[in-house]
Parts: sequence; C-alpha cells; structure tokens
Amino acid sequence: MNEVGVKKFSIGRISTYVFLVTITILSLFPFYWMFVIGSNDTSAVNKFPPAFIPGTSFFENAQKVFDNIKFFNAIINSFIVSTCVTISVLFFCSLAGYAFAKIRFKGNKALFIFVIGTMMVPIQLGIIPSYMIISKFGWINDLKAVIVPWAVNAFGVFWMRQYIASAIPDELIDAGKIDGCTNFRIYWNIVLPSVRPAIATLGLITFMQVWNEFLWPLVVLKNEAVHTIQIALRTLNGAYYQDFAMILAGTFMATIPILIVFLVFSKQFIAGLTEGSVKT
Amino acid sequence: MSTNLQVEKKSKTIGIFRKPLTQEKKDRIAGYLYISPFFILFGVFGVFPIFFTAYVSLNKWDILGTKSFIGMKNYALLMGDPVFWKSIGNTFSIWFLSTLPQLFLALVLAFILNQAFIKGKDFFRLSVFIPNITSVVAVAIIFGAIFGENYGILNYLLSFIGIDPVNWTGTLLGTHAAISIMVMWRWMGYNSIIYLAALQSIPKDLYEAATIDGANKIQQFFKITIPMIRPMIIFTVIVSTIGGMQIFSEPLIFSGAGGGSFNQGLTITLYLYEEAFVRNNFGYASAVAWVLFIIIVIFSLVNLFITKRINSTE
Repeated sequence: MNEVGVKKFSIGRISTYVFLVTITILSLFPFYWMFVIGSNDTSAVNKFPPAFIPGTSFFENAQKVFDNIKFFNAIINSFIVSTCVTISVLFFCSLAGYAFAKIRFKGNKALFIFVIGTMMVPIQLGIIPSYMIISKFGWINDLKAVIVPWAVNAFGVFWMRQYIASAIPDELIDAGKIDGCTNFRIYWNIVLPSVRPAIATLGLITFMQVWNEFLWPLVVLKNEAVHTIQIALRTLNGAYYQDFAMILAGTFMATIPILIVFLVFSKQFIAGLTEGSVKT
Repeated sequence: MSTNLQVEKKSKTIGIFRKPLTQEKKDRIAGYLYISPFFILFGVFGVFPIFFTAYVSLNKWDILGTKSFIGMKNYALLMGDPVFWKSIGNTFSIWFLSTLPQLFLALVLAFILNQAFIKGKDFFRLSVFIPNITSVVAVAIIFGAIFGENYGILNYLLSFIGIDPVNWTGTLLGTHAAISIMVMWRWMGYNSIIYLAALQSIPKDLYEAATIDGANKIQQFFKITIPMIRPMIIFTVIVSTIGGMQIFSEPLIFSGAGGGSFNQGLTITLYLYEEAFVRNNFGYASAVAWVLFIIIVIFSLVNLFITKRINSTE
C-alpha cells in the first residue's frame, strides 16, 4: 500500500525508528544485565563503574545458589503446579465454554454475563478466608493448596466460549446429535479437535501465569520443601542481601525455563492474544 | 391443532417412561453440569471469602481461630491508623505514576507498530512483549539491582548527564518512581499488543481519507486512532486500575518488610498481607481488605459512569 505524501527517509520515519529501537533496548536490557551481574563475582558488581560485560563466575554463583536454596526442588514444584493447573484449566474451561457456546439451557446468556462480571472481582482480597479454608482442608504446605483453587477460571471460560462460538458451525453439532452422539462425545470428538489453536494459547497463558504467581503460594506454602521457584527466589533475595551476583544468577536460572517456553511458542502466543481480543 | 398438541403432550409423557430423557433435557443437564465446576470453585474461593472477610473484620481474630466479636472497632482503629493512610497514599501514587504514562506510551507504540512502513514488526512485537513473561519477583530483584544507590547502573548512567546519585530505595518519590517503572516495564508491551489488535480492526480507508485531506500522523493519532479504539482503552484502564490497587510483590521485594524504614513503599495489599500473615491479626487485616474492596468497587463504578457519559454525548 502506497501512502500519500510521505517520503521514504523523512525525519518522522527516522525518529519513529529511534523510538522503537529505544523501547526495544529498554525491554531487553534488564535480561542482559541480569546475566552480566550473575556471571561476575560480587566484588566486580560492587565496584564503580559497574561491570558491563558478562564475566566468568556464572557457575560459581550458580553453585552458591544451589547451596543456599533447594533450586531444582523448587523448579520441579513450580513445574508440577503449573502443569496440573494448565491441564485442569484447559479441560474445565473448554467444557464450560462449549456449554455456553453450543448447548441450549435456561439462563445460558445470563450466567455467561455473570462469568464475565466475576473477572472484575478482586479475588485476592478474600485471601484470609481462603487461607482458613485451605487450612481446614489440611492443605497448608501441600501443593494442592495452589492447584485446586486455580483449577478453572473466568478468563479461560470466556476465552474458550468466544472461540468455540465462532469456530464451530451449529450444523456440525446438530449432525453429531442426529448421529446419536452424547454431548460429551461431541465435545471430545468434534469440539476439542477443532479448537486446538485456542487451547494452545490458553495453555501457554495459564502456564506462565501460574509459574509467576507469588502472593498466594507465599501464604500457603511455608515449608521449604514445597516452595515454588518464585518463593525460593524471594528467600534467596531476602536472606543473602549482600551477594547480588549470586541472587541474579539464581534469578537468571529461574527466568530461563519460562523464557524458552515463550520463545518457542511466541508466534502462536502473540497471534492468539491479538486474535482473541479482537473476537470479543 | 389443539388435538395435535394434546397428542404430542401425551406421547411426551409416555415418552418419559419409555426413553428416560429427551434431547432437550439431556442438553439442560449437560449444560449445567459442564459449567458447574467454575461456579463451585468461584463460590468456594471467590464469593464466600469476600463476604466472610466482612464477618472476620468484625472480630478480633488470630491465626489459630481464637475470636471475639468487637463490632466496628477494627474499622475505627483503621480510620485512625496513620500507617494505613500512608499505604493508601502510596498505592494511589504508584498507580498514577505507573498507569498513565504506561498506557499512553503503549498506545503510541501500538500506533507505530501499525504503520505500514515499519520493517521487522515481528521482532519488535516480540521484544516489547518479553518483559511480561518475567515473574514479578524476578523483575523486582533485577530492578532492585539497577536502582541500587551506590553501585546501581542507573545512577552510574545518570552521572554522565550530571545528575547526582539518587537514593531510590530510601526516599518516598524514589521508591514510588522505581516501583512504577517496574510496573511499566512489565506491562507496557502487553498493553500495546492489545491496542495493536484493536488498531488492526480500524478500516484503512479512514486513514487514507484523512491523509488526502491533509491531516498529519499526529492529528490522525488523536482524531482517528484514539476515538476508534476507545472501548479497548477503557478496558485497559479498568484492568490496570484493579491491578494497580492490589500491587504487592514489587514493594515487598524492593522495599522489604513494612515497605521500608518509613513505610515509603507500603501499599494497601502489602499492609493487608503483613497484618494477616506476619502479625496474625486476621480481624484487622480483614478490615483492610474490605476497605480496599470498597475502594475498588467505587473506582470501577466511576469508570463505568465516565464511560457511559462519554458514550451518551456522542
């Protein structure tokens, strides 16, 4: 598309690029700097001017991290929690989304609006009674405490409902019914296979959100054996305040897994995000 | 007609005995069954806790469950608690400093990324989005290092343009600025991707017509872009507000316990957390939660009201 009256190398275009590149550098620099600090030794970090290029002490710093917190244990805990929540969210949210999109029952519309409304409720504020419930169940210091409450959420239901409503023609569902499929069979054999892109995006969003969650795990997972990686990082940061090199080496290692997951699926992720918000 | 109906009715009643369920009934049962997990979970960990918080707030209540009813006394104490007021002031200040510039920059960024002449869009989109996948804890730790007073890189860079070392952690404004920058860093790209999606749904001929009429890019931005994606802007304002009112992790990690030596980083949620889970005053903390809840509801209503006003003036 040719734009009218804009030269190829105008000042406007150049300053636009300068703005873009600046924002990009600002977005990426902290990652680079995290590695710079994490790979230098502490004395290099504390001198002035500070180090600007990666050093050679990364493995030493990493070893110190392993000595101070149960790093791999925490990563495994985070992995278990994120995976369980993701599978559960995908199943229950797509099931509910299918019901809202394609099954006729009384109050369908009103209940769906209610679900959207609940996204506005600051659930975090109910943290004290939630803690009491979990403690009644005997789930303090149990990973179930951070899996069960997150097993299904309004955003996921909304997301799947929008996608299923637009991606699957009613005729397909009716045809299934005429052939004698039960509702669950229709969901499992017709709906699920045709909404794979939406499932993938929701799965990624959920996994990353749960991986990064902090307040609730901090409250219910007190024992070091059940710490997720975020809580372990906080412990590292709080207890060994001086050793920035070690702390940032730990932060770097904790960020890498999620960064890899994101970079591998980034195309799908951003496309899904853009699509989903327009579909509303 | 009526006999027909009667026959149908009759056969239906008989049908109940023969075939246990009609398709309609099956649908109804399946529908309610499939949506029930959400409602059960939301009931247990959403609705109940929020209302039970109100009840807890009327008691002196500790972590072991020992309680005694004291009516509105927690609220009376709260109203006279300078630390609580400070936490409200901090929360609003950080919310304001982080949200306004962030959403504006996100909008400008989205507008630029939507220009046809920009090369390498995928790369830029990816780069600005990456901060959002970083955990808040990691962000707070990294920026804690960047904002360090003596050996932080920011003060070092500022020294080149002749600015004396800023005490980011030890001053009120420094702390608020640092926390706001963390929030901006993490969310600006996310919001600009959301805006970008909305921008792409604006018909191109609007811009072409404006260009032919001699409107420059800046005029187009304010006269076409912003009005066309207003619903999305309102959405992001509401979400940022609800999030901003509950900011917690950044101040806890950046400023430490109590939000620093003179509570310069203490936010409402951080105060709630410390009252409940550090000092075990469940009753008092619940009063904090309930006040915060009311603040958020008022904010949301004001947002809705303004939105309605804007829509009706058109």
